[in-house]
Order: sequence, then structure tokens, then C-alpha cells
Amino acid sequence: MDIDLMITSFPKLLNATATTLKLLSLSLFFGLFIGLLFAILRLSKNVFLSYFAYFYSYIFRGTPLLVQIFIIYFGLGQIEYIRSSVLWVVLKEPYWCAIIAFALNTGAYTSEILRSAFQTIKPGFIEAGKSLGVPSKIIFYKIKLPIAIKQSLPAYGNEIILMLKGTSLASTVTLMDLTGVAKYIIATTFKPIEVFIVAGSIYLFMTFIIHNLIKFLEKRFGYE
Amino acid sequence: MDLLAFGKTGWGDELFYATLMTLAVSITAMIIGFFFALIFTPLKLSKYKFLNLIGNFYTTVIRGVPELLVIYLFFFGGSGAIMFVASMFGYNEYIEINAFLTGSFAIGIISGAYSTEVFRGAIQSIEKGQFEASKTLGFKKPIQFFKIIMPQMLRLSIPNLSNVWQITLKDTSLISVTGLVEIMRQSYIAAGSTRDPLFFYSVAAVLYLLLTYLSLKLINRLEVKYSRGF
Repeated sequence: MDIDLMITSFPKLLNATATTLKLLSLSLFFGLFIGLLFAILRLSKNVFLSYFAYFYSYIFRGTPLLVQIFIIYFGLGQIEYIRSSVLWVVLKEPYWCAIIAFALNTGAYTSEILRSAFQTIKPGFIEAGKSLGVPSKIIFYKIKLPIAIKQSLPAYGNEIILMLKGTSLASTVTLMDLTGVAKYIIATTFKPIEVFIVAGSIYLFMTFIIHNLIKFLEKRFGYE
Repeated sequence: MDLLAFGKTGWGDELFYATLMTLAVSITAMIIGFFFALIFTPLKLSKYKFLNLIGNFYTTVIRGVPELLVIYLFFFGGSGAIMFVASMFGYNEYIEINAFLTGSFAIGIISGAYSTEVFRGAIQSIEKGQFEASKTLGFKKPIQFFKIIMPQMLRLSIPNLSNVWQITLKDTSLISVTGLVEIMRQSYIAAGSTRDPLFFYSVAAVLYLLLTYLSLKLINRLEVKYSRGF
């Protein structure tokens, strides 16, 4: 066991953790909006919209995240129309490609979580709102959404942890996130176990924090 | 479409074999994971705190660390680690392992952690009476487990194991970083030599969708078959 290597690689890995966290928070931020949008589309009475949302989540949940990243990073640059458009400013950066792929992916899972949360809202709450003459917009923002968010907290916590692990794929498109730097150190020193222990502990620490944060929120919102 | 022709002119046959390779790795990994789960589930449910600790350590670490990192560990440290384990059992020859085995093993350990959780949940939802009845009937411990508890556990696990299968199938795409020619790697090669990444990665996506779709159909039929009462 090479303790020295573990000590010297720790600050490098910690530095890379910042990239991982940035990727995670940005993808979750965008993913939440995508998820909410597609959950609403999925539950809409319009059959076409509902099928479209179903199709979206089916594709993104049925294919590996790696394929999605590669299609966006390597594939989209091939289309002449995109290369000459404004989009190219964003899509030529591996950083943004990774975030787009992650956001679309987590959006698909989040939409499923929110959809089932919306579906489990007791009709009585909505009927109560309606009979009190509350406009449907207010019913959505003040009744449906808070209940759905509370309902989906445990599942969303799992999704955050899955996404944290998913960000490791950013290393396949040249980004130096925690896994990317870990791989670089392993490949240059050939000491996989030591580096794995350090990088793995950092990941576990983050999972631990996320897990407890969600538990804390569940308690605060009075979730049994 | 010419690009997908079979034979020397297209990539059809290569992609077909790559799909078979993905299936082979997934199935091998699932079986390896199954055995891991059979070892670690009893540990997690054991009365002894120390055994609990080992079981929880396995599932927590594997489920909390990115799959890619585990694969790198096995890819770079694979033969070294296996030789180390073998030397503990007194075997000191050089062991060379190929990409298929390393990959299946890495994915197998990951899928095993998820299967362990599934089995644990299944055993906990078996009625207590079943355990008590098998004890009062005087069955020996192994018979109790293999003849009474395990059949019920497997039956209850099918729906959740189907999720584990989906995760495992998708995780095999990560083995492409070790150079094993499965769907992802083959698409990467094809995309590189034809300069048409969009097309080939889309084909890869369709192949994965096809695999998940068909296997889900199959599992649903199994589920119907085995959810009938005995």
C-alpha cells in the first residue's frame, strides 16, 4: 500500500471534485425543469403530447448514458446546420455537451418520479381547491406542486445519487472530473487500489451527505 | 443504409456480433452478481453485527461509487488483484485474464450489490410463518434455505431483478473503455473509420433499446408464469 501516493493524490482529486459538483448541480438544475415539463406533458389530456413525453422518457431511460453523451458530443457536431448556428458556441464545449446529456437523462428519470407523485395526489385535495373556487393555476402551484415535491423526495434523493455517479462519464469526453483525474493518476502510477480508495471515499462521502440531506428534508416536510 | 450491410462493405455483421457480445457480458455479469448476492444477502440478514458490517460495506461502497471507477479498478488492477487473491489460497502462478472476464466480473460485482438489496427485500417480505414452519418440520438449515426460502425469494424478486437486469445491460456499455468489442466499442470503431458518429451512435442507441424492450417482454412472461400460486 502506497500511503504517500494516497496523500499526494488527495488534493488533486479534491480539486477535481469541484468539477464533479459543478457538473452535478448544473445538470440537476436543468434536469428538474425538464423533468417537471415532461411530467406535465405526460399527464396532459392531449394524447399526442402525452405520447411524446412517454417516448422521451422511454428512450432516455432505455439507453446507456454513455451513448447519449457520445451522440451529443461526437454526433451533433457532424450536422452542418448545427455547426453554423449559434448552438455551436455551446455544443463545441465538452463541458456543456456533458451537462446537456446529463440534464436530458436526469430529466427523463425525474419526469417519471414527478409523474407518479402527481398521480398519487388524493383527488380530494384538488376537489377541495376547486369547490373553494381556487383558479386552476393556483391549484397547481399551491396544492399539486408542493404535495408532489414532498411525495417524490425519497425517489429524487436516489436520482441525485445516481446522477452523481453518472457525472463520472464526463471523463469519457475529455473532462477532468473526479473519475477523470483518478483514471489519469492510475494510468501514470499503476496503483489502482490506492487511488480507488481515495477517489471512492470522496464519492462515498458525497453520497453520504446527499443521503442525509434528503433525510433531513423529508423530516422537515413531515414525511412519515 | 449501405453502412449497415452485412459482409465486407458494411458494419451490419460487426454490429450484430457486438450485440451478441453485449448480451453475453450482461448475462455473465448477471450470473456472477447472482452468486455474489447469494453470499452477501445472508451476511446482511445475519444476527452477527460483524457479518452485517461486511454485507453493508459491500452494498454501500459499490452502490455509492461510480461504475466507471470500479471498471478502471478492475481494468488496471485486475490481474494483479486476482493473483493476490489466488496467492492467499496458495496459487502463485501468473494469471492472465482477458477483457471479457475482467469486464463481466466488474459489472457482476456491481449488479451483485443491487441483487443483494433485492434478495434482502424479498426475504424480509416472506411471511414469518414459513421460516417457523420449516423449523418445526425439522428440516436441516441448508434444506430450509434451498427448498423453502429460496424458491419464494426468487419468485418475489423477479420484478426487481428485471430492474437490475436493465441497469446491468446499460452498465456493460462502460466496458467499452477497456477495449472489449461490444455495441459501444464497435460503434466507436465504425464511427471513427466512417466519420459518421451520429449515425452509428444512434444505431447503438436503437440496439440498446431493442435489447431492453425484448428482454422486458421476456421477463414479463416469466413473471406471469411464476406469479401463479404453487
